[in-house]
Amino acid sequence: MSLWRQLTCGMRVLTHRQDTDRDVAEEVEHYLEQATDALVSSGLSAEDAKRAARLELGSPSVVREEVRSYGWEHTIHTLLTDLHYGARQLFRNPGFAAVTTLTLTLGIGASTAIFSAVNPILFEPLPYPHAAQLMMIWEMRNDGSAQPVTFGTFHGLQERSRSFDAMAVMKPWQPAMVGTGLPERFEGQRVSADYFRALNVSPVLGRDFQAADDQFHGPNVVVLSDRLWRLRFAGDRAIVGRQIKLDDNLFTVIGVMPSSFENVLASGAELWAPLQYDPSLPPDSRDWGHHLRMVGRLRQGISRNEARNELNVILHPFTQMYAKGYESSGGPPDGMLVNRLQDDITLGVRPALLAILGAVGLVLLIVCVNVTNLLLALGARRRNEFGMRAALGAGRMRMIRQVLTESLLLAAIGGVFGMAVAEAGVRALVALSPPDLPRVGAIHVDGAVFAFGLLITTVIGLTVGLLPALQASRGDGQQQSSRTTTGGRHSMRRTLAISQVALALVLLVTAGLVLRSLEHLFAIDPGFHASHLLSMQVQETGHRLDSDEARARFLTQALEAVRRVGGVTSAAFTNQLPLSGDFDVYGVQFERYTAVAEGALRYSVSPDYFATMGIPLLRGRLLGERDTAAAPGVVLLSESLAKRKFPHQDPIGQRVRVGPNALHADLPWATIVGVVGDVKQASLAMSQSDAFYTPTSQWSLVDAAPSLVVRTHGDAATLAPAIKKAIWSVDKDQPIVRVATMGTLLESSEAQRRFALTLFEAFGMVAMVLAAVGIYGVLSGGVTERMREIGVRTALGASRRCILMLVIRQGIMLTGLGVMIGLLGAVAASRVVVSLLYGVSRFDPVTYLLVIALLTGVSAIASWVPAWRAAQVDPSITLRAE
Amino acid sequence: MDQFTEQANTDVIQGTLDMLILKTLSLEPMHGFGIARRVEQISRGVFKVNPGSLLTALERLKRAGWLDAEWRQTENSRRAKFYTLTRAGKKQLEVETADWTRRASAIARLLKAEG
Repeated sequence: MSLWRQLTCGMRVLTHRQDTDRDVAEEVEHYLEQATDALVSSGLSAEDAKRAARLELGSPSVVREEVRSYGWEHTIHTLLTDLHYGARQLFRNPGFAAVTTLTLTLGIGASTAIFSAVNPILFEPLPYPHAAQLMMIWEMRNDGSAQPVTFGTFHGLQERSRSFDAMAVMKPWQPAMVGTGLPERFEGQRVSADYFRALNVSPVLGRDFQAADDQFHGPNVVVLSDRLWRLRFAGDRAIVGRQIKLDDNLFTVIGVMPSSFENVLASGAELWAPLQYDPSLPPDSRDWGHHLRMVGRLRQGISRNEARNELNVILHPFTQMYAKGYESSGGPPDGMLVNRLQDDITLGVRPALLAILGAVGLVLLIVCVNVTNLLLALGARRRNEFGMRAALGAGRMRMIRQVLTESLLLAAIGGVFGMAVAEAGVRALVALSPPDLPRVGAIHVDGAVFAFGLLITTVIGLTVGLLPALQASRGDGQQQSSRTTTGGRHSMRRTLAISQVALALVLLVTAGLVLRSLEHLFAIDPGFHASHLLSMQVQETGHRLDSDEARARFLTQALEAVRRVGGVTSAAFTNQLPLSGDFDVYGVQFERYTAVAEGALRYSVSPDYFATMGIPLLRGRLLGERDTAAAPGVVLLSESLAKRKFPHQDPIGQRVRVGPNALHADLPWATIVGVVGDVKQASLAMSQSDAFYTPTSQWSLVDAAPSLVVRTHGDAATLAPAIKKAIWSVDKDQPIVRVATMGTLLESSEAQRRFALTLFEAFGMVAMVLAAVGIYGVLSGGVTERMREIGVRTALGASRRCILMLVIRQGIMLTGLGVMIGLLGAVAASRVVVSLLYGVSRFDPVTYLLVIALLTGVSAIASWVPAWRAAQVDPSITLRAE
Repeated sequence: MDQFTEQANTDVIQGTLDMLILKTLSLEPMHGFGIARRVEQISRGVFKVNPGSLLTALERLKRAGWLDAEWRQTENSRRAKFYTLTRAGKKQLEVETADWTRRASAIARLLKAEG
């Protein structure tokens, strides 16, 4: 059958409905006349003929319906009629329409927004060809944890391994471009030659790195990002081959990456230059520092485990070959780790994201329960209408379809508004998101998100319509008086209200547990006084600072200039700043324990650092001006390192060798002159506090840009411009980045928990309000239906208080049952958020009790309103009404 | 609803209504009631055609391109919708007739073998 003709005929029927209806009616009419004529001519009277024809052929309206119901357009027509009717229902119940659409909008909007954030991070493959083949490769410490690889390891593995198509290492690089205006620092990466080949992306302009570029003392070449190319070089296609100045050196631009290239390994990177390490691997060089991240593309058909086994087989003889090199950085690794790239970059955020996804799922569930409940209530009011329809011959399927169309219509309206909410929500999520969230740039409302929104809208529409549809189709007009159906429907609505309370409790308990964790965390002493403390990183650049003396002179002059700024109490430099993401570990060798060097956080600081930060001196003395480069080496230890190493004796006067001096018998010892308080470096929750401090003068900062810390009288943040200006008055070409008060750093060190908490709190509140609405709805519906009974009770002498308690008791019953079920749910759900908790058991009784009290309070208020209405019932009116 | 189940016994065999309509119209153009009467007469009252099914079937065949329809005067000068067989309809009738004959003789053979 021709599809085209089907389509055109159907369209004609749809657009000319009245004409075709008339056509059908006439034809049926004519048919009856002909039949009557035939009967008359066979000898019947006109009257009898008419009746016989009717009897034989059936009622013309039934025939008309049958003929009309042919074709696809009929389904559309019914749908349109149902939609029209549903819309009229909504207009007739504006309150109901507003509450349900608002609820649905919230539910669909929240879940779509969360999905759009979680999808690119956890579910979508990374934006590279065959992204599943991409692996991160780490060295494994003897405790099984991962650490960055050394160049030595990379070099050895790359030469010998056959499991990978390409392997590459990378490290951060922040070159400054000094132009006419303020000095500008760019994020970039130093990468080995195969970096882009491993990711399987290539420059859109110019060429990729080659082995010849990545050689010791090789040429200065650079690849630009599309953004930088457009921003700084106006998208000039002749850029390839030109030279640009970075950190006082000339670099030849060899390529530009495509705009579609998303660098998940360093999302802010704008330029790439070859690594150019020394492949002869001298034992005391940077080649043995653990500061490179390694990525590899698995050869097709090789499993992750096979690759790992191969790397381990290669590694062990290699570590023996280069034992000296490995010894200089704390010994050889126990083996290699091979992790899927996507798992690796999402490792830290996965638990929080999954917990949030679960929470929004619960919210969606509560929304569905709530709307179902409202639809059931509406259905109860429309019982007469459904009875009438049934009496007029509407079949059961027809009624179910009508109700489902109405619920789908509601969901669709909610879906449209929900998508708008999602759009705004996505922007809010990105703004709220913790700084370490990977692939933030990929979070937006796209096709997949739209499809998701459509899917949940449909599913919700069908889900919330299901119970009301069954209820409506069971209605049969004459059951007005039947108590059993009323009771059945009521118990269904009560069950729904109870489940709402239960779900709300689960969400609130989770939110409460995370909230208490954050309270615990922020009650932790970071080891320094965070208020009135400003920090910024001064990224020295340029050949005029190449010598240690020039650098030291610049830093001293900068400090002096900063101290002169009004409002500054003291200022100091450090090579690493607590809670900023810096993590700089070096070996310490104790004279008393000759065996090996062990790792501890290394701080190279100017003398005023302790006073500025507010780190207390516990024993001995602080660093001072007398500890010059020429003076004997001095070291301060953190309290816990000192206690662990010298449990029964005074550490002052003991001797150590630190960093590159460790294990070198020919180099001098440094003396421990003091012990200072522990400081939280990585995060408030992590308690690695083994640390040692050396004066900048005795161990310069070359391997990291120094951070300036400034203690101020007033508000720290407002002094930032003046302090920057003071530094630039010494040298105007030094870029200053990462300006932040220590208070901000403290806060953002817990950004992920805070992010999760914000969402949990929002979801918990929504859930609680919906649960209250649910309880209110059920009780208030009950009061309306029991008006007469209440009237009788009052007439028989029940006091107002009695009636009030009657209704409130019901509310408490619903809440109590909901709380009990919810407790079981909360105990199960708290397992999911365990990784977000700190200092709080997931069974923390305080949280549970507070949440129960809160929910009970809210539902008491929700039940008080209908209770009060019941107590106002005047028996003389209600009893007469029947 | 019940009247349909009652009529099912005397209704035309499932799936053959289209063929009967096409056959009837291959003789001359006709309106709905005419077709119904012709089918009843020729089958000597074995088949009774329900007007709802008939008119729906006519619409279906028209959509398929096998029939044309137009309003015309009847012999007793009433307006009626007349259906005409198209060229495609003639071909379809041949196909359906051949198909039916094949089936019918197969069934007949089976029934004979049984007996």
